[in-house]
Amino acid sequence: MRPVYLDNNATTRVDPKVVSAMLPFFTEQFGNASSMHAFGSEVGSALKTARGQLQALLGTEFDHEIVYTGSGTESDNTALLSALETQPGRDEIVTSTVEHPAILALCQWLQKNRGIKVYYTPVDSRGRLDIDAYRKALGPKTAIASIMWANNETGTIFPVEQLADLAHDHGALFHTDAVQAVGKVPMDLKTSEIDMLSLSGHKLHAPKGVGALYVRRGVRLRPLLRGGHQERGRRASTENAPGIIGLGVAAELALEHMQDEQTRVASLRDRLEKGLLQRIGNAFVTGDAESRLPNTSNIAFEFIEGEGILLMLNKEGIACSSGSACTSGSLEPSHVLRAMKVPYTAAHGAIRFSFSRDNTDEDVDQVLAVMPGVVERLRSLSPFWKSGEKTSFEPTYA
Amino acid sequence: MWDYTDKVKEYFYNPKNAGVLEDANGIGDVGAISCGDALRLMLKVDPDSEIILAAKFQTFGCGSAIASSSALTELIIGKTVSHALELTNQDIADFLGGLPPEKMHCSVMGYEALRAAIANYKGDSWVDDHEEGALLCKCFGVDEGMVERAVRVNKLTSMEQVTHFTKATGSCSTCIEDVEAVLTRVNSEMVAAGDLDAELAYNPARNALPQRRDRVKSSPLGTAPKKELTLLQRIRIIESAIEELRPYLKADGGDCELVDVDGDRVLVKLSGACVGCQAASVTIGGIQERLIAKLGSPLKVIPVPGH
Repeated sequence: MRPVYLDNNATTRVDPKVVSAMLPFFTEQFGNASSMHAFGSEVGSALKTARGQLQALLGTEFDHEIVYTGSGTESDNTALLSALETQPGRDEIVTSTVEHPAILALCQWLQKNRGIKVYYTPVDSRGRLDIDAYRKALGPKTAIASIMWANNETGTIFPVEQLADLAHDHGALFHTDAVQAVGKVPMDLKTSEIDMLSLSGHKLHAPKGVGALYVRRGVRLRPLLRGGHQERGRRASTENAPGIIGLGVAAELALEHMQDEQTRVASLRDRLEKGLLQRIGNAFVTGDAESRLPNTSNIAFEFIEGEGILLMLNKEGIACSSGSACTSGSLEPSHVLRAMKVPYTAAHGAIRFSFSRDNTDEDVDQVLAVMPGVVERLRSLSPFWKSGEKTSFEPTYA
Repeated sequence: MWDYTDKVKEYFYNPKNAGVLEDANGIGDVGAISCGDALRLMLKVDPDSEIILAAKFQTFGCGSAIASSSALTELIIGKTVSHALELTNQDIADFLGGLPPEKMHCSVMGYEALRAAIANYKGDSWVDDHEEGALLCKCFGVDEGMVERAVRVNKLTSMEQVTHFTKATGSCSTCIEDVEAVLTRVNSEMVAAGDLDAELAYNPARNALPQRRDRVKSSPLGTAPKKELTLLQRIRIIESAIEELRPYLKADGGDCELVDVDGDRVLVKLSGACVGCQAASVTIGGIQERLIAKLGSPLKVIPVPGH
């Protein structure tokens, strides 16, 4: 049986076309782009092409607006720390309660060790940002507002364009962690108010270890890493040529498949979601169904715990992930679902299915065939599930 | 992915004694749905012999929680109540061929459920002493309240003592910073209340100092001021230092002699048992350390092959 991989928000398969584009840059064209010989200049021109490919996906106007990094996390850290450093006198950050740890853990550290004031904008039960609270949090001391483009757990999309506009009303920079959105939703940054945007290669079929930070022309940037002159001195380190070239090809492919992602992938996701809710009671979709990434579905199954579900699915060759405490190494369930006030009875049993263009109808069929049995079995073990009672199709929360 | 043993997987996929025990006369409930772990243990105890005739469980939790619950029932069926009470959480983990450190609390939950169920059978109530403040050490299920109590009652002032008293940080040690923060806070409160001498209180800055990997307590260069020496003086010092070491080497059937001194390179020849000895590099390192301390300048001791 073909394994079913539905954990594309965690990481994606590197596209074979990406791999073959990268390979020569390990063994033949292995030069350092800075070197004054043919080995170096070959790499240099390939990097230029790659930058153009990524620019096309993001819709940016100038090539120097892209700063390559080692990961989405590095991009996020660079953006926030730079904003504080370039604007002395502004020592506040506005973000949300549902950001990725790459933002949240940094903010908590800045609060504790740098005396930075951080506002965590709450979300409603569907994961939508409380715009009024966001507006109130902004002020003359705000250095930067950082709100993710789309949430990694629920797929909920935030109105980043309007949020950037509001931040600019207060003279604050606006950054968005778009790690989950790049390649899944169309972007045109040359017409956008967004000042900085983080992305990561391995979420869009490029390899791990390469990311980028878009920095709008005119926005000052203080580097996180100091050293050589690479990336115009904004990110020292010998260029990760294979990674950057791989990311370029991946960006081109993402653009080609954008329509497919928005239509076919979205309909696979919708069929899975509908099918599961028809077959399994006491389950509900978390997040904003009206405004969501086309590939993500997060379903909470009440009265059971996520890790058990994942282990049983894994045995059937199905890979997905869970917001449950037990799978993360921490004992708290997902901070995103808690911020949405999803009750504990369901938060521990939330499962995220995340698709990519690699998925097919057969994948959906397989999950639909297996999942009801898994849930039933775990519920029969759970002390909170009243066996003998008729299964309710109404969750205790919705 | 957790590194579960085959036995954990077996007891998760095909748990024994899962479900409701209709005629139970001892029921223990521990954990809560909010914590992500909850276990109901149901026992049927023969009132005359006090033997546990049947045991079943219902568990809300991860794979290892379900496996631990099932293992617990297997371990106690057929035992008397007093025998069963001798079980520890480690016995449950051992039965399963071990649990990942982060999952040890699953076995602790089984241990507590057993106590709760037996207390219920005896008509007592069992008091859960967990869930006071944040859970710090996930491996052993130690929360902030337990650490604080141990520190206050026993006047603990070091991380080692906290580990010995509570087991916190004893396994994966990822919680070391959190536990350290509690120890620091409680100690300073104790100092403020006059219960502890400020000199004795735990000082996190002291623990943050980098630690040397080898047995050297401090750099030999740090203890000896650099001396201006003639080559002859240097050679004499080197010779006498090697002379001092030789009795120790001879006692082990080896020996060492000075071959040459070339700038900051000291060539020596190891002989006897020292040749081919696994610890020869340790011996060379020891000689080098001693010479550096005596001469007050960096040098390198190089063994040369014998004739």
